[in-house]
Amino acid sequence: MDINEKEYKEYCKKHAKHSPLIKDTLMAFLFGGLICMAAEGLFEFYLYIGIAKEIVKTLVPITLIFLSALTTGIGIYDDLAKIAGAGTLVPITGFANAVVSPAIDDKSEGMIMGVGAKMFTIAGPVIVYGVLSSVIYGLIYWFVGVI
Amino acid sequence: MGRLIKLENPPRINGYASVVGKREHEGPLSADFDVHDKSEKFGMDTWEKAESEMQRMALNLALSKAKLSPDALGAIFAGDLQNQCVGSVYASENFHTPYFGLYGACSTFAESIMLSALFVSAGYFDICGAVTSSHFCAAERQYRFPLEYGGQRAPTAQRTVTGAGAMVIGGGNTGVKITEVMPGRVVDKGINDVNNMGAAMAPAAIDTIESYFNESGKSPTEFDLILTGDLGAEGHSITLEYLQKRGLDIAAVYSDCGLMIFNRKTQDMHSGGSGCGCSASVVCGNIMKRFEKGTLHDILYIATGALMSPSSLQQGLSIPGIAHLVRLEA
Repeated sequence: MDINEKEYKEYCKKHAKHSPLIKDTLMAFLFGGLICMAAEGLFEFYLYIGIAKEIVKTLVPITLIFLSALTTGIGIYDDLAKIAGAGTLVPITGFANAVVSPAIDDKSEGMIMGVGAKMFTIAGPVIVYGVLSSVIYGLIYWFVGVI
Repeated sequence: MGRLIKLENPPRINGYASVVGKREHEGPLSADFDVHDKSEKFGMDTWEKAESEMQRMALNLALSKAKLSPDALGAIFAGDLQNQCVGSVYASENFHTPYFGLYGACSTFAESIMLSALFVSAGYFDICGAVTSSHFCAAERQYRFPLEYGGQRAPTAQRTVTGAGAMVIGGGNTGVKITEVMPGRVVDKGINDVNNMGAAMAPAAIDTIESYFNESGKSPTEFDLILTGDLGAEGHSITLEYLQKRGLDIAAVYSDCGLMIFNRKTQDMHSGGSGCGCSASVVCGNIMKRFEKGTLHDILYIATGALMSPSSLQQGLSIPGIAHLVRLEA
């Protein structure tokens, strides 16, 4: 068929309906902000009931991870994320969802090669490059200190 | 050499059946499907087994509508979207009959009708079963993300249909005839956006539709309906526009299974439905019932497929498309 490939690709790019960028950004800002605000509330609450500050710093992310895993398990998280987009993706909640959701799906393939291996198909790269960039950051920090 | 094959002894569709999941049953074609299951598990414990069960149900129902026993089948031509086509394998093992596993992505149903019709018409088999399926949950976790993963879909993305369609194709004097077939060829125009499969498949649809009218000498208005498999909103309008530019106006009779199966606005289905079960359940549901009612007499059914794999996508290869054509006449 004599359709020019380059022309066709350009045509399709122009033709394709785009995501509503402004709406998506606003929603992400709103929901991401709300999650962070709720986390701040939790922080204050844990302090208020008398938990030591050092422990609270760990307790808040643990609570968020738990809530994210729970809502993923009962099937609400993805419905919320559809509206919130990056608002639920960027905070630690998104990471928890990315680990829990494949674990649920791949249970049918067993605990080792199913849950165990596939749990990290989405989160794996985040861990690898997260650790790598922290090493690079650490090295820079160290060199700056030496100088 | 031309691609159009006119079947001298047109085989007939002796029986047909469709099985769908929850969202499909909530869609505008709800009343036309034979069986649905809100849980989408069809009594099984995994999505993959549920897909095989849908195929079994559809084929058994099509056989009983044709008043035939499973022994009557000379062969089964089946396909699905699961790796190595295992959905069809497990569905077919209970029938104890020769089995041909097909992969043409969303175009598989037209491919299985075509091959069944060719074998029956040539006299090698008396009766063949054509059956294909797709299951949203099985396909999603294989091609895209886990089901509960919190992500957003592009407006051009299509949703894999949970559904199966089956036809029993044989001889006799009643039933819809398969009079012409045109096998598709692989067409690749360099699209590599998996969220825009309509754009990847449209060139194949344009190629097959244009070739059909060139070779047959017919005009689009001679048909009640020109139905593409599942190009969705994106591919549908690209196909229409490109064909118009090339002097072939099919707008008056053109529709697409991916647009028909869901209400895109109220069901939030972006560009529409896709998957081997999409056009299979639409044709074995709505279309065949319209033939029965006498509101359709002569149609072209062109199922389109996007032929990619998760590895080919990750390696940055483009998505080739294919479009197989089948002409159905009352």
